[in-house]
Amino acid sequence: MKHRDFDVIVIGGGHAGTEAADAAARLGANTALVTLRRDGIGVMSCNPAIGGLGKGHLVREIDAMDGLMGRAADRAGIQFRLLNRRKGPAVQGPRAQADRRIFRETIQSFLAGRPGLKIIEGEVTDLVMRGDRASGVVLADGAEIHAGAVVLTTGTFLRGVIHIGDEQRPGGRMGDKPSIRLAERIDSFGLPLGRLKTGTPPRLDGRSINWNALESQPGDDEPVLFSFLSEKPTQRQVACGITHTNAQTHEIIRENLERSAMYGGHIDGVGPRYCPSIEDKVVRFGDKESHQIFLEPEGLDDTTVYPNGISTSLPQDVQADYVRSIAGLENARIVQPGYAIEYDYVDPRSVSSSLELNRVPGLFLAGQINGTTGYEEAGAQGLIAGLNASLSAQGRDPVHFSRTQSYIGVMIDDLVTRGVAEPYRMFTSRAEFRLSLRADNADQRLTPVAEKLGCLGKLRQRVFGEKMDALHNARARLDGMSLTPKQVSTVGIKINADGQRRSGFDLLAFPDVGFSDLLRLDPELALVPRQIRDQMERDALYANYIQRQQLDVAAMKRDEAHVIPSDFDYEGLEGLSNELKFKLAQVQPGTLGQAGRVDGMTPAALALILAQLRRLERRSA
Amino acid sequence: METIYALATARGKAGVAVIRLSGPRAAAAASALCGSLPPARRAGLRRLRNADGTTLDEALVLWFEAGASFTGEEVAELHCHGSPAIVNAVLGALSRIDGLRLAEPGEFTRRALENERLDLAQVEGLADLIEAETEAQRRQALRVLEGAIGKRAESWRADLIRAAALLEATIDFVDEDVPVDVAPEVLDLLNRVKADLEHEAAGVSVSERIRDGFEVAIVGAPNVGKSTLLNALAGREAAITSEYAGTTRDVIEVRMDLAGLPVTILDTAGLRETGDVVEEIGINRAKQRARAADLRVFLLDDMGSTVGLTPLAEDIVIQGKADLLSDGTGVSGKTGQGIGDLVAQITARLETRAERAATVTRERHRTAIIRALASIESARNEIERGSGTTELVAEELRMASRALDSLVGRVDVEHILDEIFASFCLGK
Ligand SMILES: Cc1cc2nc3c(=O)[nH]c(=O)nc-3n(C[C@H](O)[C@H](O)[C@H](O)COP(=O)(O)OP(=O)(O)OC[C@H]3O[C@@H](n4cnc5c(N)ncnc54)[C@H](O)[C@@H]3O)c2cc1C
Repeated sequence: MKHRDFDVIVIGGGHAGTEAADAAARLGANTALVTLRRDGIGVMSCNPAIGGLGKGHLVREIDAMDGLMGRAADRAGIQFRLLNRRKGPAVQGPRAQADRRIFRETIQSFLAGRPGLKIIEGEVTDLVMRGDRASGVVLADGAEIHAGAVVLTTGTFLRGVIHIGDEQRPGGRMGDKPSIRLAERIDSFGLPLGRLKTGTPPRLDGRSINWNALESQPGDDEPVLFSFLSEKPTQRQVACGITHTNAQTHEIIRENLERSAMYGGHIDGVGPRYCPSIEDKVVRFGDKESHQIFLEPEGLDDTTVYPNGISTSLPQDVQADYVRSIAGLENARIVQPGYAIEYDYVDPRSVSSSLELNRVPGLFLAGQINGTTGYEEAGAQGLIAGLNASLSAQGRDPVHFSRTQSYIGVMIDDLVTRGVAEPYRMFTSRAEFRLSLRADNADQRLTPVAEKLGCLGKLRQRVFGEKMDALHNARARLDGMSLTPKQVSTVGIKINADGQRRSGFDLLAFPDVGFSDLLRLDPELALVPRQIRDQMERDALYANYIQRQQLDVAAMKRDEAHVIPSDFDYEGLEGLSNELKFKLAQVQPGTLGQAGRVDGMTPAALALILAQLRRLERRSA
Repeated sequence: METIYALATARGKAGVAVIRLSGPRAAAAASALCGSLPPARRAGLRRLRNADGTTLDEALVLWFEAGASFTGEEVAELHCHGSPAIVNAVLGALSRIDGLRLAEPGEFTRRALENERLDLAQVEGLADLIEAETEAQRRQALRVLEGAIGKRAESWRADLIRAAALLEATIDFVDEDVPVDVAPEVLDLLNRVKADLEHEAAGVSVSERIRDGFEVAIVGAPNVGKSTLLNALAGREAAITSEYAGTTRDVIEVRMDLAGLPVTILDTAGLRETGDVVEEIGINRAKQRARAADLRVFLLDDMGSTVGLTPLAEDIVIQGKADLLSDGTGVSGKTGQGIGDLVAQITARLETRAERAATVTRERHRTAIIRALASIESARNEIERGSGTTELVAEELRMASRALDSLVGRVDVEHILDEIFASFCLGK
């Protein structure tokens, strides 16, 4: 047996790769991160922003597992906004504009300081295989590096094609070259592939924008950060500008439609419906007279501006024309043209919920290669793939994230069970238990998981322990109160005289009772810190709903407790339709719960699988 | 673990109907209806009562401890009289007990499986059974989808998806060009669905017809041939027929199967002015029954009289004793002329009506509708409170759709996202 150079090798230094490498090393694996360019590690290839709805939840969860993205975004944040401030806490999502350079440098410094992690600059051209199993990588210079598990996070490198108008060139990202041989190796596994596309807007020189003519959008007065370890922003805070397209812009775009890569018929990939190009917007929503554009600075000492809302695959000259038709951009200079990129992705139904390929043990996939889009989605998958690769290399059982417990669990379950039809992005509406999966309690949900796995830093362990103690004490104090309606109404809280005694927590569940109202009933509550008070209010607000969902949660957990072995024989199972046999064999659901979510599943088929599981259990007992 | 209940025997009139309960509260729920329980595994005769003390039925009650039952859980059985009305009443009483819900198809078996109460041979046998149940579900869903009801269910589904999409758009796409105040449109949609569902819940009586039979009254002057027609329809001597007016007193009923629909044909007394007090009573009773019937067939005599009853729009009006006419129209029980036609007309009309009722053919549909209505009501209150906690409204809608799963099919997030992306220009 060949000697093992590393426990885990991570290919790619994007958002998936960096989280994967860091998590694998944190969990004790001797890890190598191999990427094309050292200084490309942690690059934000597109929008200089992190977080948002659903995405902000993912960042908080990555942070709760002691990952990198939250802390780096806090360090690099030049504008913080909590979205949905006026709605309930379950659907509030933190978002930040990040200084691109600071973000990248922060990620690089985190990795440099991680013991057990080595960074190797180079192009991976092939995988080392031992039988079916991936056991290392081959670099462009022919060197072989051997490992117990490999994580592939190469983003759009699989047959990536960049389109600017009717010009095309192969490439993963502007400036990066695609890796042909590696792609051929992936082909040899016979995995189902699909084609997607995404686009990016032209970047503008901020000095050529007439900011005075534009509306501006500042950050929040009280910034909400990502990491449970961060307190306040460290960078100078800036505002974004807002402008709009107009009739003339639309006219220019319409006149040149057939010159766009998309409408000129050069692109077959499916693009995200929630992130259409400006051509798409003009065509599909023809009666809208204008579309909003956010002008986002890419950094404090960077003059580049990212015009959010006008991604395009039109030729450069048309881009210049329509940009200049927009208010405030009359003299704008384009520093890099917008483009569309088409790429192959691996149908994520070919990976298990630990993100390991069903057909190629030892090879884990994470990020855009699984059909997702977005830094946060990539980072969260990287974290999971890194942890599981590390566990696998150490001969430990994989870690599974449930839909009942985290957005990460929702995303992975969606991907591996249902696949994708367009680039997958997180939304809060995807999480059926979103009232309990909140950004504010991500640490309560996941930090104990990280602690149990053994991938938690000392600092976080301490901070988390203190918070949990404070929460328990406050909750015990509230639950210990027992008040009659009369007592309650003496302090001005309106309540029915129904004779029922209520605890402090019960009272908090009333729509217009806040923590401060309780101070008059128990003055010692004044000692409870603000953060803990907020948390009690949020818990109480949803308590009744969460209670009602408990049955659904329990049902899902019960089904997930029935583990389906990976060698389960669907073919030989009498009574299953051929169509279902095929789908199940492809998805290879890890649990009965996951099997139930496979498209086209019937209660009868589930009963058959369950019966077969019982038979297998009995046979092995 | 929830406690589930369901009718364990076939629907319809029968000597005995067994209602089965399984789960941790099975015995407690049974004793809530019958007072004291007999010792475990021993039958006892008990009076089942509603929460308000009114009697539901006299039934044989028995229960099994957890670990010693079909499902492996605590199980109770109520052996009631096999009347649909009693069964519905008892199921209704159970549905009002906290922690109980109607079992999903195959759920008892599923629990038995999970608790390892069945061995493999039994399981394989049962798999067929479960299959049969889902096949019935599938057929039912299909029927719902195809008919007029399908269109309504489709419109509720569309309304719920639209309402959810509006709410979700303001949650997940706040930062984009989406309408800020969606409350009025959401309220409109919810009100529409609510009205429909209330109508459906109230319409259980119609669907009971499908189970228990439609009533069709034959109405006409004495001697116009009603009884002969009934006999011809029934193919046997059901009513006494004679040449003299007034031989059929009160109402004679014959149950028959018309194209798969259960139908009771009523032969009413000949309707005419009379001096005879006894006959007068009979005639009034006949008129009452005829009015209450689902459909009336008016047999006309030579005078074309409808004997004091006004035919409703869907009623059938036809010339009687056609054998005495020469133009080939009308119907005759004596020669059989026009009978086929008449049967076709009756069934066509009843079928349209049956379709109208088809969604709520089952108690479980009604329970689902009532649960959905409760969630819709909470959603409306939450909107009207104007608190801005859209996620709670959305949660109520999610529950409403889940409750209606069995009627409108599953409403998936993907459907909601589809609607959002189709309606709003997103992507800043
Ligand atoms: C043009 C474009 C526009 C986008 N627009 C948006 C947007 O508007 N909003 C949004 O949320 N997301 C957007 N995204 C998506 C987002 O950038 C990605 O989803 C996310 O960065 C993917 O992370 P990743 O780690 O999977 O891949 P990447 O960040 O792409 O990282 C891949 C890494 O792999 C390395 N690599 C590739 N091949 C090899 C090899 N053979 N050997 C060694 N290293 C290799 C690369 O150097 C790179 O470091 C866009 C992406 C692109 C390309």
